[in-house]
Amino acid sequence: MKPTLPTAEYMSPGHLACQGCGAGIAMRVTLKAIGPQSIFTFPACCWTVIDGPFPYSCLEVPLLHVAFETTAASAAGIRAAMKVLGREDVVVCGWAGDGGTFDIGIQALSGAAERNDDIFYFCYDNEAYMNTGIQRSGATPYGAWTTTTPVKHFKKERKKSIDDIVWAHKVPYQATASVAFPEDLYKKVVKAKGIKGFKFIHIISPCPPGWKSKPEDSVKLARLAVQTGIFPLYEVVDGIYSQTLKTPNRKPILDYLKLQGRFRHLTDKDVAEVQRMVDQRYAELEKRFSGN
Amino acid sequence: MKKVIMGNHALSYGAMLARVQVISAYPITPQTQVVELLSEIVADKRLAAEFIKVESEHSAMAACIGAAASGARTFTATSSQGLALMHELLHWAAGARLPIVMADINRAMAPPWSIWTDQNDSLSQRDTGWMQYYCQSNQEVLDTLLQAYKVSEKVLLPAMIVLDAFSLSHTYENVDIPDIEQVDKYLPPFVYPYKLDPQQPHTFGGLTTPEWYMEFRYKIQAAMEQALPLVTQAGKEFGDQFGRHYDTVDPFMVDDAETVLVTSGTAASTARYTVEQLRRKGVKVGNLRIRLFRPFPFADVRRHLKKAKRVIVMDRNISFGHHGIFAQEVKSALYGHVDAPVFDYIVGLGGRDIFPATIENIIARSQKAKKPSQDMHWVEVKE
Repeated sequence: MKPTLPTAEYMSPGHLACQGCGAGIAMRVTLKAIGPQSIFTFPACCWTVIDGPFPYSCLEVPLLHVAFETTAASAAGIRAAMKVLGREDVVVCGWAGDGGTFDIGIQALSGAAERNDDIFYFCYDNEAYMNTGIQRSGATPYGAWTTTTPVKHFKKERKKSIDDIVWAHKVPYQATASVAFPEDLYKKVVKAKGIKGFKFIHIISPCPPGWKSKPEDSVKLARLAVQTGIFPLYEVVDGIYSQTLKTPNRKPILDYLKLQGRFRHLTDKDVAEVQRMVDQRYAELEKRFSGN
Repeated sequence: MKKVIMGNHALSYGAMLARVQVISAYPITPQTQVVELLSEIVADKRLAAEFIKVESEHSAMAACIGAAASGARTFTATSSQGLALMHELLHWAAGARLPIVMADINRAMAPPWSIWTDQNDSLSQRDTGWMQYYCQSNQEVLDTLLQAYKVSEKVLLPAMIVLDAFSLSHTYENVDIPDIEQVDKYLPPFVYPYKLDPQQPHTFGGLTTPEWYMEFRYKIQAAMEQALPLVTQAGKEFGDQFGRHYDTVDPFMVDDAETVLVTSGTAASTARYTVEQLRRKGVKVGNLRIRLFRPFPFADVRRHLKKAKRVIVMDRNISFGHHGIFAQEVKSALYGHVDAPVFDYIVGLGGRDIFPATIENIIARSQKAKKPSQDMHWVEVKE
């Protein structure tokens, strides 16, 4: 059988990710597309730990750990240095979780997107502050339990639409991706590598401890996120939207919710409310996919 | 070439002569002219550099950190609230051992809003691991910038060039701008031994257990100690080449002085004028200007104050709940070595002028007392 992804690996198995961690898959696939001529910045996030403690690293690319809110700005600094030092071939990537992207890092993200700095910004989204023990973030969806939105007072606010926020900056390339569709993620990264300017890739990354799901269900959940339409796969190139995986017969959101303990408390009425929100958002995106 | 320029432009020309490679900055009064001129110099291609016009001071320092970690010589400038916003990343730059050089235009912290000078912004960053130089003239600003890169790139510590808002930043003075060929001889290109490099991939700043963290801190302190003689050496070499000598401290008529006035920044100019006036009247007074604040030049301070009968520290800053900050430092330097009483005067906060008469009053008041009647005195304050 011919492999659908390159067999070269730039991430070694000795990492510290939890079983079933989506962020681990996201990095492994991304690196296959980015290649070794790259530099990464990590803010505070799960990957601060996953990479391994000093003096170990499971990655075969240079990596600068940076402060929580500085992913994009520090990557911009590296990009400027590479240019002035004659290393324009080096691909500079910021790699942050959802807290570092949606919340504390949004200012630096916006600044770099507005300046159209020639960098990749990857957000692996596990929908809460998982590394600090599952606190809600701006990326946590409606209805979810977290340690700061306990069951009795589950999260009542919608997930912030970071993709729309980035879109408002008119960056040359942005895309969503799921760890259940590695070929799609790979293709998007390879395509974006050929584009100069700011590239934003938002990857849904299941987190068994935070989602209260089974490790063996992570890929299934990342697939259901797409199939239910709560996390559609698409890309935006120079303002033009295109859906990269069509989902004409979307599965009910309950299929996705019921595999996750963080939604166990939801009543039928609550689930119906989530379904309504998903449908509304999907309809909004469909208009953009069809160019209306 | 001699040119009449403002303090802020002395920084711009200094950065140009140092051939900085990445500049990242955000505007704040009274720093703006530093980066305005630099943005023009870069756009005109008179300097082969990248200028990142970031959306905050926090990102300015973050970009400098990324650039310096990649092996580029980096520069930024800020002031007051901007420096405070950077605080987290000042620790980061020092912890990552990146020889970034930054100018801070001393401006008082809000509230209430003030754009005028005092030192609480930079002195609040005392324990971040940055070297700090306090300048008296525009010439010194330019010269110090070149020396700062020379020292910082040897010891791998960041450095802050500090100058008073308006009384230096916006004051025009005659400045000798050295030829860049001469500067190249003094300041070789930056070669960072631990840079981010795909050919030699390494991880920097990762999670470090108690087994190793303390060693990283020990090495920063060791680098600070190593920096002290290097500042003296860089100042001497600069003098040998350009005719202007610098050291950690700058004594003025202290050798036979019974009373030594300790100052920093532009207050030294007024202090020296006053010292000369008083000397004509037979008062044995001198001035010791502290140029290097971190690392603190303990031995040099002791050496110049050992014969003094009294030491007067003028602090344009206040550590609330303690004393003036330079006085704390001077006392700690003298303790167990020099017995002279230390009088601490809080002066000129928020840009209030320090006149010769102010200084004369301070000296007269101190000379009447054998030792200070209180730990510190607020000068000309409306109680």
